[in-house]
Amino acid sequence: MSDGRIGVTKTYKLYVGGKFPRSESGRVYPVNDAKGTFLANAAHASRKDARDAVAAARKAFSGWSGATAYNRGQVLYRVAEMLEGRREQFVAEVCAAENVNAKKAESIVDAAVDRWVWYAGWTDKVASVLGASNPVAGPYFSFSVPEPTGVVAVLAPQASSLLGLVSVVAPVIATGNTCVVVSSHHRPLPAVTLSEVMATSDLPGGVVNLLTGNAAELGPWLASHADVNALDLCGAPEVIRADLERTAAGTVKRVLRASAKEPDWTRRPDITRLRAYLEHKTVWHPMGV
Amino acid sequence: MTQLWEYSPAPESRDIANLKPNYRMFVDGQFVEGEGEPLKTVNPSTEEVLAEVSTASSADVDRAVKAARRAYDKVWGRMPGSERAKYLFRIARLIQERGRELAVLESLDNGKPIKESRDVDVPTAAAHFFYHAGWADKLDFAGYGPDPKPLGVAGQVIPWNFPLLMLAWKIAPALACGNTVVLKPAETTPLTALVFAEICQQAGLPAGVVNILPGAGDVGSEIVNHAGTDKIAFTGSTEVGKLIQRSLAGTGKKLTLELGGKAANIVFDDAPVDQAVEGIVNGIFFNQGHVCCAGSRLLVQESIAEEVMEKLRYRVSTLRIGDALDKNTDIGAINSQEQLARIRELTASGEAEGADRWTSSCPLPDKGFFFAPTVFSNVHQAMRIAREEIFGPVLSVLTFRTPDEAVAKANNTPYGLSAGIWTEKGSRILWMSQKLRAGVVWANTFNRFDPTAPFGGYQESGFGREGGRAGLEAYLDV
Repeated sequence: MSDGRIGVTKTYKLYVGGKFPRSESGRVYPVNDAKGTFLANAAHASRKDARDAVAAARKAFSGWSGATAYNRGQVLYRVAEMLEGRREQFVAEVCAAENVNAKKAESIVDAAVDRWVWYAGWTDKVASVLGASNPVAGPYFSFSVPEPTGVVAVLAPQASSLLGLVSVVAPVIATGNTCVVVSSHHRPLPAVTLSEVMATSDLPGGVVNLLTGNAAELGPWLASHADVNALDLCGAPEVIRADLERTAAGTVKRVLRASAKEPDWTRRPDITRLRAYLEHKTVWHPMGV
Repeated sequence: MTQLWEYSPAPESRDIANLKPNYRMFVDGQFVEGEGEPLKTVNPSTEEVLAEVSTASSADVDRAVKAARRAYDKVWGRMPGSERAKYLFRIARLIQERGRELAVLESLDNGKPIKESRDVDVPTAAAHFFYHAGWADKLDFAGYGPDPKPLGVAGQVIPWNFPLLMLAWKIAPALACGNTVVLKPAETTPLTALVFAEICQQAGLPAGVVNILPGAGDVGSEIVNHAGTDKIAFTGSTEVGKLIQRSLAGTGKKLTLELGGKAANIVFDDAPVDQAVEGIVNGIFFNQGHVCCAGSRLLVQESIAEEVMEKLRYRVSTLRIGDALDKNTDIGAINSQEQLARIRELTASGEAEGADRWTSSCPLPDKGFFFAPTVFSNVHQAMRIAREEIFGPVLSVLTFRTPDEAVAKANNTPYGLSAGIWTEKGSRILWMSQKLRAGVVWANTFNRFDPTAPFGGYQESGFGREGGRAGLEAYLDV
């Protein structure tokens, strides 16, 4: 705008099934920076959007979970590459969203890129680390392999709009799950831009579906949805966490509980989040001639 | 067909069970009278009362949880793993030594054939303690980071289908990881758990490390909801599992659930048919079908359906139903009147919904809770007998044409505990085993269990694993 040109601002939309729809409800809500300056309108996802997102995630599950671990690793690494390429844009968005200075925002974006790289490397190791050949007491070959649990509903962190988001989404898809993510309510813009990165990273449509809106509104629908296998409570308001857990019990979901305070996402992760969305499958076959 | 051999009765002596008229609950290292209403446990083979068993009141639960907490804080939680290990090895040996007694008692109380309690339940229970004993001082190497910590007091509620074995699945890993336990055996099968308590005494296990509280669901609920339990492990119905998960919401207690199932046992046209028939029979009639992972839905490829059904009916007609203590008995008694009523209700629904019922004409004893092995053919996916867990000797047969159809039908259930595949084609086994959404897949075999092999479900069959390195996670703060 310095030479008088009017900038072209972006319309922030949902990311569902590899496409960028508006909310079917037609709702939007204004997103401001920490000083109250208007940044953009974000789509305010509805129950119907959440259900469409679950359907898209389920549809993508067979292909993504059936992809080779090597392939998934390359796709996750590609996400890191694309994110790195848009570094300046993310730094600006994180600055605005999280009210941090440029230096801090740079380190956050760098850490987010590195997190994708870390999880990209896990895709083809997790089965060796968590799987087993079982020395059973009989003439059988028995082995156990970790498999993705299915569709995971992720209520993303409210404070950490990019690094926190990446830290909860990457481990879900690294092992072959697909997901429906509800972004930070007040800081949704880096999430939408991240979905643009994912859309251009060879990640099949529907593997990650991103909804901007309110976790308190969408959480109960996702917790009760029979086609959702697991629920990450990370970004759920503390007052509704127990209710969401109760609702999730209706279909015996795997529930990843959240700590009272949002974790320090800059710390090196362990494999807890990978383990949370894995099932162990044990296969037996007789041995003999 | 050739005439079957007639077998003379070969009863195991019930004296071996050392049955006592009264059993008391086990709290803080002592057998004590419970404040709850005593229950009478019945021999389902004869309907006679075996013994009176004291049950726990809510105050008893509180005492037991506090005893377990003291034992955890003062003794067990601090004990080096190498010392815990030796107690578990002792327990394993004592189960082996008293194996015959435990087997007879189990068959009396549960109704399962003595050959199964003798050859499966008791030896596998001992094996579970032996296996987990070795883990107690090697948890650093289990893949959960250095020096993983126990959770504290584990509340455990177990079912009546494998009373001693389910106890072993629960208590062995809990103790190996350094937790103490308060366990409730099922209302209809409390006896072997109380003999196990004697074994704990004989092993010199410190007081309070293991507490056994007989009773009904209300006692289980007290244990689950007691503020002093840090972890809950439950094996039982999906219905109760959901209640437990709901009641623990927001408490932060760790939970593992091993729930119901409706497993598909899939037979392809290239399967070795005679072996497959044996596997089908084992899959559904083992333990009267009181098995959460029972192969209760037979999916047989259309081209061989007639041949398989004919052989299956003949084989099932040779099964001997009767006294659990007879060594020749193949199928024992249904565990309770209540369960028998449920099986009858569901089989009646199968007939009403239009499936074709075939029931073995084998003679049934005059007394006791018995149900003749039953096979339904012409079953459709929407029928209750294809969707609901019957937990009895009832098989529902469906057909398929292609592997894709077999997978779709097998996975068409909210459950996901186990599955079976019968084919000579190795690549198909591996492909199928990947596609089936179930925690255990048996290929060309069925119902194999081992402490080294993780067991547990997908979806509404529960979460968490029992056995193997994966099973330790349930009892560690990781």
